[in-house]
Amino acid sequence: MKQEEYQELVKQLTPKEKRLSHALIAFVSGGMVGVFSTLVYEILTTTFALGKSSATIWTVIILIGVSSLLTALGFFDRWVKKCQCGLIIPTSGFAHSVTSSALDYKKDGLITGLGANFFKLAGSVILYGIISAFLLTVIKVVFYG
Amino acid sequence: MTYLNSFLFVGTICLIGQLILDNTKLTPGHITSLFTALGALLSFLGIYKLFIDWAGIGASIPITSFGNLLYQSCYEGYKMNGILGMFTHLLGGTSGGISSAIIFATILTVIFKARD
Repeated sequence: MKQEEYQELVKQLTPKEKRLSHALIAFVSGGMVGVFSTLVYEILTTTFALGKSSATIWTVIILIGVSSLLTALGFFDRWVKKCQCGLIIPTSGFAHSVTSSALDYKKDGLITGLGANFFKLAGSVILYGIISAFLLTVIKVVFYG
Repeated sequence: MTYLNSFLFVGTICLIGQLILDNTKLTPGHITSLFTALGALLSFLGIYKLFIDWAGIGASIPITSFGNLLYQSCYEGYKMNGILGMFTHLLGGTSGGISSAIIFATILTVIFKARD
């Protein structure tokens, strides 16, 4: 049996309830990341009296820092398996993919291991983000001035 | 109120991602790339600004905000410095996120070992 056929079979046999619970877990865990970020943002704007844009960037950096640290400590992999998109779609997923591939390939050396595989997963986000943003700007400039 | 809005916004984006993951053959890599491009498209259409107005910081948390920032920076660059500005400003807005991810990951990799 080919791998694709096998995956198709698994998909058919996976009960609907499981997909529903996956979706619900992703919704709640993703929402909790949102609540955590809002809490950080509120603390930064009130206690540290930062401006809106600085506080936004700091919040994203703190979220990335926390998820990188949790990945290195080994908690995050388990959480990602459980929450799936709830943690992959927020910026925490970006940090998790970078840190986990850095840790995994550390043993293969600094250049061929760490350096070559650093953006193994996050690279596609950066690549397609840049390409789409650039093309859309060109369209905007050419057609709308 | 901001807490509720950001809960609902981030939660809904994650829910959509999970539905795509469970019901199609796309991998998480496909979905994050797709959502980044989608963020740039929503920004281009002027819709992402409405999300930021409604969800506040919540709108900056999903990976879609990456696309939004890339597009906004690129267009700002064009307005400031023409075609050269598009190249020099493109990564401006997302620099905080990308640089911090690189720096934290490197420091942590020096300190910690992979766990399996």
